[in-house]
Amino acid sequence: MNLRRPCIGIVTALLGATSALPALAQDIAFTNATVVIGDGGAPIANGTVVVRGGKVVAAGAGVPVPAGLRIIDAQGGWVTPGLVVAVTDLGLVDVEAVDQSNDSTTEKSPFNAALDIAPAINPLAQPIAVSRAGGVTRAAVAPGGSGAIFAGQGALIDLGNDPDMVNRARAFQYIELGEAGAKLAGGSRVAAHAILRNALAEARDLSRRSGPSVTLGAAPGDPRLVSATPERAGDVLLSRFDAAALIPVVRGNQPLYVHVERAQDIRMALALKADFPALKLVLVGASEGWLVARELAASGVPVLATPLNDLPEQFEQLASTQSNVGRMAAAGVKVGLGAFFDQPRYAPQYAGNLVALSKLPGATGLSWGQAFAAISSVPAEIIGMGDRYGSLKPGRAGDVVVWDGDPLEVSSGPIAVYIDGVEQPLSNHQTRLRDRYRTPTEGALPKAYDW
Amino acid sequence: MTFDRAGRIFATVAGIALLAASGGAGAAKSKEKSSTAKATREYNKNPYPSTYRPYAGAPTALVGATVYDGAGGRIDNGVVLFFEGKVVALGGAELAIPDGYSRIDGTGKFVTPGIIDIHSHLGDYPTPSVQAHDDGNEATAPTTPEVWAEHSVWPQDPGFTRALANGGITSLQILPGSANLMGGRSVMLKNVPSRTVQGMKFPGAPYSLKMACGENPKRVYGGKGRMPSTRMGNFAVNRATWIKAQEYRAKRNDGKLETRDLGLETLAGVLDGEILIQNHCYRADEMALVLDMAKEFGYKVSSFHHAVESYKIGDLLKAAGTCSSIWADWWGFKMESYDGIPENAALLQAAGACVVIHSDDANGIQRLNQEAAKAQADGRRAGIRIADADVIRWLTLNPAAALGIDQQTGSLAPGKMADVVLWNGNPLSVYARPEKVWIDGALLFDALDAKRRPVSDFELGQPGEGDVK
Repeated sequence: MNLRRPCIGIVTALLGATSALPALAQDIAFTNATVVIGDGGAPIANGTVVVRGGKVVAAGAGVPVPAGLRIIDAQGGWVTPGLVVAVTDLGLVDVEAVDQSNDSTTEKSPFNAALDIAPAINPLAQPIAVSRAGGVTRAAVAPGGSGAIFAGQGALIDLGNDPDMVNRARAFQYIELGEAGAKLAGGSRVAAHAILRNALAEARDLSRRSGPSVTLGAAPGDPRLVSATPERAGDVLLSRFDAAALIPVVRGNQPLYVHVERAQDIRMALALKADFPALKLVLVGASEGWLVARELAASGVPVLATPLNDLPEQFEQLASTQSNVGRMAAAGVKVGLGAFFDQPRYAPQYAGNLVALSKLPGATGLSWGQAFAAISSVPAEIIGMGDRYGSLKPGRAGDVVVWDGDPLEVSSGPIAVYIDGVEQPLSNHQTRLRDRYRTPTEGALPKAYDW
Repeated sequence: MTFDRAGRIFATVAGIALLAASGGAGAAKSKEKSSTAKATREYNKNPYPSTYRPYAGAPTALVGATVYDGAGGRIDNGVVLFFEGKVVALGGAELAIPDGYSRIDGTGKFVTPGIIDIHSHLGDYPTPSVQAHDDGNEATAPTTPEVWAEHSVWPQDPGFTRALANGGITSLQILPGSANLMGGRSVMLKNVPSRTVQGMKFPGAPYSLKMACGENPKRVYGGKGRMPSTRMGNFAVNRATWIKAQEYRAKRNDGKLETRDLGLETLAGVLDGEILIQNHCYRADEMALVLDMAKEFGYKVSSFHHAVESYKIGDLLKAAGTCSSIWADWWGFKMESYDGIPENAALLQAAGACVVIHSDDANGIQRLNQEAAKAQADGRRAGIRIADADVIRWLTLNPAAALGIDQQTGSLAPGKMADVVLWNGNPLSVYARPEKVWIDGALLFDALDAKRRPVSDFELGQPGEGDVK
């Protein structure tokens, strides 16, 4: 984190007693649990998870419980890492169809690649609270679209009940390179590829002119704000702000998330590396990925796949099948689930469906362990945070969910959620309505007095 | 259409329309008969008749599975017999299997009636979702009761095949969209591939009229600078239209109609009790107003659709005998869905109101069983326990009743259509999929036989043809 912390401290102080102050991480042992590490392995019966100082210390069977820890007896329930949902609009939207509450898309801005969603993320948005109650603890929030193929820069967040939720701003650039990109670029894929190459070339040029002073490492600064950058050629198409935002992309310091569905669009996306070798690509969507699974695997480019597409929703998705993820995984592609732009809390249901496929003749699914990893450690790795969270390996964040049953089963739900070792509230607008309307009829006073 | 429902509606309409009927349902019916002018019977009420005929099926015995009959019954280690398109018998392991029946071992598996989706736009919003396929909303006037969804349905929509193979869907209602207050007639289909929509039409199913309240009509027409632009405008336009329908119907009954009006003909059919009302509506307060409007004009709302706030008025819905066709947990995507909660179905069930799980979605229709399971589990966590067999009813007999086809399908009972799904596991589990699906006793999907899987014309010769999907 950078400059955000002091500001947040002040805000917290101002809110004072009416605001829930960030709770402290507890040292906890979860016992008597079916433990899921999240690394692709099978669930471990009668396991224990130890969290200290906000981090996982140990997890598995036969793990000793140090003295002095708070013991949470899962009573045979399941304990897993928190879910990681990549490419979502969480925090950008209160109500999708209420424009004023929706910061996901930006059709009329003069900027595109420069757009940075971090300042718009609202920790108090109800979808955050509802997703948290569904066991989602981390997310890669992507901009929903601009007036150009560059949607802008996404952020990595946690869903903790505190204002300090952006773990990494400007974590990736998101672009449209299929049918949507064609439309935004002026009407064709031809235009989209020209615009993309020109933009990256301009960014590369600006990068060279800027010299090594714009060095961007693991905690990137903001190249847009470097004012000492030199004169540029007179025929540039991009504004300086947009071009500067793409410097970390061409240098390979900031991943480029490319939304593509069609098999040939996937090939053309992979081919970008020939012209811009440093690009760190992540493909998003990839409904026809199974048709190019071998090429994808050879490229080493990971995929955040929309899990259950099986309709020819557009011409670029003719070969969609629910077996897409399983076939890509079987070919050696690193594939996590993501980019389902409905509720993030559906992630376990989608993963469970992929397990169901493994029993269907002709279909290709995932093993249970693979499926859970596809909504925890694999997306964490793809967004570059595999060493920080997404599994219960030692040293990972204490993001822990206790479930009342098999977490991939539709009948199961979370009963406790911890982020960085801090127990999270599970109440929200929905739970309050549920409690108010347990009986629909009015009592001695109107429902409005029941709270 | 059951006699009871029709009778009740005739009685109510007679009172309000001042047709001089003073008795109960019987008097209203005789009045209807005697005063019906010849002209009103001269037109063909079924000009695009179903040409669907069941395909051939073997006499089949499903043996050893857990059977949910769709009406709330459960038989462990059950036997289901069907022959010549109809359910013959169901019972426990002791049920004798007649000669000539092919036995299918259902050990460890589950049997349910075919799943029914009461709210689909397959065919009128088909995939690929290109503008040229945008055939669901005749959004050129706020009331278009004159349009019929069957005239928009593209039978080659690949979505039908996914609904069959992954969702076990055997019957589905295709509705016009919700841009209009009165969107037009729906069409009830059997999920059987056909060259024509007539070849899919559910024989003998009543028509329904799609209505919509709330945000959509006022947004669409307010945005065009015309009425309605408010919720009060929605009601004013509806009421004015129902008044016209009453007048039209009275003229018709008096033999004084000079010309037919397709829209008013449909609305008069609603007032006659022949055409059901399927009413898109989200908010509790609006549903309560719609129920009063239905009383005002003498019709019944068969089911509210989407109805994310039904849990607030379970008592009113129970009293009205109106179902709520709902998602398990869709929420918050538009203002009027902001108070949706995952316990909606369970709270309704606890209040004694009718629950139907619907999709309104070409993906969701493939997993209605999972949606029902989620709604059941959210209820359990709120302290409301609902038996598995009752949950299956949300997908089978309840939608059939709300569609007026419960005498033909929706449960496994002797004489009813042999619309049957054999699941490879508990359908209330995420890990289960249909293994075999029969429609009127014909095996139309078999997960174990790659060729027993429909492929639409659109997909022939294209990438992914015949894939498992």
